[in-house]
Amino acid sequence: MKLLTHNLLSSHVRGVGPRGFPLRLQATEVRINPVEFNPDFVARMIPKVEWAALLEAADTVPKGPIEGYEHDEKFLRQMHHVLLEVDVLEGTLQCPESGRLFPISRGIPNMLLSDEETET
Amino acid sequence: MAFRGKRPEHGGPPELFYDKNEARKYVRNSRMIDVQTKMAGRALELLYLPEGQPCYLLDIGCGSGLSGDYLSDEGHYWVGIDISPAMLDAALDRDTEGDLLLGDMGQGIPFKPGSFDGCVSISAIQWLCNANKKSDIPAKRLYCFFSSLYSVLVRGARAVLQLYPENSEQLELITTQATKAGFTGGVVVDFPNSAKAKKFYLCLFSGPSTFLPKPLNESNDDDEEVQESEFTRESEWHALPPQRGSTRGSAPSTHGTVPLVLTLVSTDDTR
Repeated sequence: MKLLTHNLLSSHVRGVGPRGFPLRLQATEVRINPVEFNPDFVARMIPKVEWAALLEAADTVPKGPIEGYEHDEKFLRQMHHVLLEVDVLEGTLQCPESGRLFPISRGIPNMLLSDEETET
Repeated sequence: MAFRGKRPEHGGPPELFYDKNEARKYVRNSRMIDVQTKMAGRALELLYLPEGQPCYLLDIGCGSGLSGDYLSDEGHYWVGIDISPAMLDAALDRDTEGDLLLGDMGQGIPFKPGSFDGCVSISAIQWLCNANKKSDIPAKRLYCFFSSLYSVLVRGARAVLQLYPENSEQLELITTQATKAGFTGGVVVDFPNSAKAKKFYLCLFSGPSTFLPKPLNESNDDDEEVQESEFTRESEWHALPPQRGSTRGSAPSTHGTVPLVLTLVSTDDTR
């Protein structure tokens, strides 16, 4: 699971609504996956990033978007690395509202809810 | 693919149908791979993404990652959701570039609002129409799916969902819930005259309604005017034309009608 995905994931447990985000990440196994750098894509994702969640999830991250980031290759490459090349293989994601844990195994978060947890 | 025998959805839930054996077909069977890849290509075409722009897409029922690979080849980044661990295992073996999630689309899409630039789905959403547990109510699961999909799409983004509707009632059930969730759009039917090649694509827009793409037909002749319809909350609603040989009439439902499709009505069932 890339950190970009983690940054956008939300808990859909019944009743949490907008408080189901961001999920707290506890990673026990991580690997770095080289991914081709595409500055356009990274620049377009910057406005969607929840910085507090990213800062908590990753070590070396710029503190926030800088002025003129769209053309700042150094900044974009840093963000590219953090968002797309850090791959969480094992760990958990925790819903901030309900405390519910979603396990991550082989890079795949298990987001299946029980009947009681389903929003219907 | 025309179903000659029992529809898979009648035999049980998708996570059991798509076991290791079934998953293997998606990795080994070249005809299967070819059909799925072609549909992924068509769905991406119908998505009408801005040219040359790499997008962040959602793949519903991503399975072994065949459609996802197509998205990656076109320069997009994607997240796939699937309910079958065996299919996701196959995707891992195939080393797909997109992220994978184990999840049930009928429980909602677990993402922040405005996360995705678009969504595709190949051969998956008809599974929402069958109740596999006593507690399942298809209409509720469909609504939960569509309303959360609407939310996770960027405003104005599209979703193109290729599906195999069992009958017109099922298609109506699906489009009703999509409309309730706020989507406009319609169903594009490619090759409507061919039992084998006929394909349904539910094209949904999460913003103001725009044009509907032109369906493919056998001759791809511009003279053959294929009817296209949009469905909106205010418009009229009609069920699909009845199956050939069926005695049932095509009476429209009573309230909130919305026009659905469009297929070339033909008595010729070639190919």
